[in-house]
Amino acid sequence: MAGKLEEFERPITELEEQIERVKVLTREQSMDRSSEIAALEEEKDRLLAELYMNLTNWDEVRVARNPKRPYALDFIRLMFQDFVELHGDRLVGDDGAMIGGVARLGDRWVTVIGQQKGRDAQERHKRNFGMARPEGYRKALRLMRLSEKFNRPVICLIDTPAADPSVPSEEHGISEAIAHNIRDMFLIKVPIIVAITGEGGSGGALGIGVGDRVLMLQHSVYSVIPPEGCAAIIWKDAQRGNDAAEALRLTAKNALELGIIDEIVPEPLGAAHRDYDTAAKNLREALERNLDEVEPLSETDRLEARYQHFRRLGVFGVATTALEE
Amino acid sequence: MANGWFRKRKASDEFPEGLWVKCDKCRELLFKREWERNLKVCGKCGHHFRLSAHERIELLLDEDTFVEHDADLISTDPLQFPGYRDSLERYRKSTGLTDAAVSGDGQLAGHPVSIAITDAHFMMGSMGSVVGERITRAVERATDRRVPVILVSGTGGGARMHEGLLSLMQMAKTSGAIARQHAAGLLTIVVLTDPTMGGVTASWGMLGDFHIAEPGAMIGFAGLRVSKQANVSKVPSDFQTAEFQLGRGQIDRVVPRRELKDTIALLLRFAGAPSVDTTEASAAPA
Repeated sequence: MAGKLEEFERPITELEEQIERVKVLTREQSMDRSSEIAALEEEKDRLLAELYMNLTNWDEVRVARNPKRPYALDFIRLMFQDFVELHGDRLVGDDGAMIGGVARLGDRWVTVIGQQKGRDAQERHKRNFGMARPEGYRKALRLMRLSEKFNRPVICLIDTPAADPSVPSEEHGISEAIAHNIRDMFLIKVPIIVAITGEGGSGGALGIGVGDRVLMLQHSVYSVIPPEGCAAIIWKDAQRGNDAAEALRLTAKNALELGIIDEIVPEPLGAAHRDYDTAAKNLREALERNLDEVEPLSETDRLEARYQHFRRLGVFGVATTALEE
Repeated sequence: MANGWFRKRKASDEFPEGLWVKCDKCRELLFKREWERNLKVCGKCGHHFRLSAHERIELLLDEDTFVEHDADLISTDPLQFPGYRDSLERYRKSTGLTDAAVSGDGQLAGHPVSIAITDAHFMMGSMGSVVGERITRAVERATDRRVPVILVSGTGGGARMHEGLLSLMQMAKTSGAIARQHAAGLLTIVVLTDPTMGGVTASWGMLGDFHIAEPGAMIGFAGLRVSKQANVSKVPSDFQTAEFQLGRGQIDRVVPRRELKDTIALLLRFAGAPSVDTTEASAAPA
C-alpha cells in the first residue's frame, strides 16, 4: 500500500524531537540554550524547504493523502463566516462524504460544496473515506441550482480518492449522478470556482470539478486513476505506484503544464498540514481574486469561456498520410 | 448489409477455419454464415457478440449514407506513457482503425443524424484525446446542423489512463458538448453496448435523452472486483448488466439488436427529428 508520509518526513521529525529535548533541558537545567534552539529551527526550515522542493510525484501523492492535511470543513472554518450546512439530496438520503452549505466569503454570500474525509475510525466511516455516493453528487447539484436561483457563486473543494464504487452506489446510479453533474455544471449560470485541495480522484473529482476556474493547492494531486490501480494494470504490480505516479503526470505542476488548471495556490513551508492558517489564507485569496475576475462577465460570456476552457483540452495530431494498414 | 462489414471483419473467436463460431456464453457451435445473418447474435442463447464500429454503422445507418469525419486525428502519446505507442500501433494494425472511435454523418430511417461509436476492439474502446475529440465534434456538428446525435458506446476501458488527465478531461469536454445540444432542445440518443464502463458511463454514456442497451451488455461504473472490495453486501447475480441497470432505473429499454434501428427510428420521430424528405421539401422553392 501507499508509503507513509512519515518515511520521508523522518529527518524533520527527528529534528523536531531534538528541539523538544533541548527545550526540556533548558527548563530542567535553567540554562539559556536559545541560540542552539534557533540554530536547530533554522536547520529544520532549511531541511523542510529542501525536502518539499524535491518531492517525487509519489511523494506528492503521499502528502495529498496525509490524514493531517486540512479537509473541506477545516478550510470552510478558516476561510468562510456564517457557514450554514445543508443536507440531503431530497430523494433518498444525505451523504456524509459530500458536504455543502451557504456561507460568506469576505463580503460575498456563496455556496460551498466539498468532499469530506474523516480522521478517526468513526468519522472515516461517516465520511466513507471521502468517497461520495450518488446522493452526494445529487445533493451537490441541488445546492448549485439553489445558488443559481439566488445568484450566488459556487465554490467546490475537491478532496476524494474516488467516487464510491460500492454495490449500493452502482444500484443508485453513481455514473448517472456524476455525468449529470458534469453536464449541468456547464449550464449553471453563476460563477463556479473549483479548487482541488487534496486528492483529485478521477470521475469522483470531476463530478464537482467543472467551473470557470480550476485551481490546485501546491501539493494536491489530480489523476485519471489511482497510481496503484494504474500500476496493477500496466505492470501487474500495485507496488509500483511510484512509477505510475510519474507516468500519470498527476501533480499540480503537471496539470498546469498540460493546461488542465488555471493556477497553483502556494502552500506554506512543509505543506498545508504544517500550517492550516496560511494554507487557508492563500486559498481564500485565490478564490476571491478569481471570483473578482469572472463575476463581471455576462452569463453568456462566462458560460462560453467555461466551455472553451474544457473544449480545448486534449492533445492529438492530424495524420498527413494514410496510416499503414 | 451491402458493405459487408459483418463478413469482412476477422473475429478472434472464430473456430475452426472460419466456418464455425463458438458462442462465448453457451459454448454452442454456430454456423458462421447463419450467425452473421443473425447480426452476430447466438441463435441458441441470444448472446449478443461485440460488433466493430463499422458493423454498428452498417446496422444502424441507411445504406451508403455514412460519411466519416475526423478520421485523420491521431494520438500523439502526449505523456510519453510506457508502452502506449506500441499499443496504439498494435491496435491500429489489428483493427484497421486509427483510434477507438469512428464518427461522422449519415441517415437513420431517412433522418439525418450525427453519430459516434466507440469500438471495444481498439484498446477496449477507451477514451483518450482523439476519441474525446471525435465525440465532441460529432455532438457539435449535430448542434450546428440542428439534428440528433447518436452515441454508441463499446467502451470497457473508461477514460484511457495512458493520456492521464487529458483523458479525464474528455469526460468534461464531451459532456459540455452534450450540455449545449441539450440546451438547444436537440436530441441525444445513447446506445449502450457490451462493454460500457468507467469514465464513459460516468459522462456521455449516461447523458442521453434516451438510454437504449443491448441485452446482456456489461454496463457499470467501477470494475466488479473494486465494487466487491468496497462493500460486503451481496452482489446481485446480474450485477452491472443491461438488465440490472434497467431494473435500477438507469436505462429506458433493453432492445435486441435486430430491433435496435427501428426503435431508434421511432424515438427520432417522437422527437420531431428532421427527415430527408422534410429537409428537401423545406429547401425546395415555394
